[in-house]
Amino acid sequence: MSVRDVATQAYREALPALAVSAVGGLFAGLVLGGMRSDLRAVSGLLVLIPALLATRGNVYGAMGAKLSTGLHQGLIEPTPIPDDRRVYSAVAAAMVNGVAVSAFAAAVTYGVLVALARPTASLGTLVAVAVVAGLLSGIALAVAVVVAAFAGYRRGLNPDTLVGPVVTTTGDVFGMVALLAAVRLVVALGGG
Amino acid sequence: MPATWSVRAITRSMLPLLAVLAVVEVGSGLVLDTFEAQLLRHPSLLVLVPVTIGTAGNLGSVLAARLSTAFHLGTLSLDPRDDELAGNAVATVALAATVFPLVGAGAWVLSLATGGTTLPARTVVAVALASGLALAALAVVVTVAATYAAYRLELDPDDVVIPVVTNVCDVLGVVVLFGVVRVLV
Repeated sequence: MSVRDVATQAYREALPALAVSAVGGLFAGLVLGGMRSDLRAVSGLLVLIPALLATRGNVYGAMGAKLSTGLHQGLIEPTPIPDDRRVYSAVAAAMVNGVAVSAFAAAVTYGVLVALARPTASLGTLVAVAVVAGLLSGIALAVAVVVAAFAGYRRGLNPDTLVGPVVTTTGDVFGMVALLAAVRLVVALGGG
Repeated sequence: MPATWSVRAITRSMLPLLAVLAVVEVGSGLVLDTFEAQLLRHPSLLVLVPVTIGTAGNLGSVLAARLSTAFHLGTLSLDPRDDELAGNAVATVALAATVFPLVGAGAWVLSLATGGTTLPARTVVAVALASGLALAALAVVVTVAATYAAYRLELDPDDVVIPVVTNVCDVLGVVVLFGVVRVLV
């Protein structure tokens, strides 16, 4: 294929999913705007947010790319209900990594803010928020990514092009809502 | 190299990198923190933050996933004259030029609908477009470099390239947006 053919195909495959995920990103911006009082209640939360959202993208983006490659190579069958051990291993690894790294990011945020003498919530509060948000959004993301990659592949779409935007859209929408739920829960239970 | 499919192998291959990237992301959170007063003063810019970072990360991750699969299938060579590579790079910039002006307009409309804006629409669109084009060019450079590094280090590009590209785009997204806002607003 010529450069022009490759570029045209890549553009057409990616545009619809990118547009959908941009709508998800704008929704996340609205939720973030509505969280101003929570951001004030839990100092350090704003610093932690990019790390939490990025960890979702990293872990589930890589999981999706791995499933895509497995589908392209014929290692995994795109059955409506996944019945391959490889799929469940990839999902389990993503959940473990996602929650562990979220907790780690919370600890780093706390340490950096203390070192810089900036205001911060307690270590326990930040870690609890990160872990609860990681679990809630992880479940939503694992389901969304597997369904999108498999259903897309069965319909002849390239899962490589679907996975990134699906992860970002689901990650932004569910990630921000999960974070809101986690913050309210932890604060209600006495953190802050 | 074969892809690994056990929980232990995937975790071992990814966890150290994820931890490093989380530290880098906390750095971008600190940039966001210093920028907070300006974001609160202009609500349309606050709405723009997640969508700018997310769209930039998407552009990078689509490109990285396509290059990784081409790499596994053996149809990619890391040569600037390679048609697969050049075509995907061109598509990335074209996608940014299409999506970012709409993202800017969307952020302006949303902030108008939910409590007023302090900036004219063309300023918000210009901020989004300028940030998007800069981020698309950076995404191409970072993706190609990360794919090449994974190949040299014999790591599975699916496990390594997408996280590196997405995080660098996130951090650059905050930094580029900050820079563009300082120039244009």
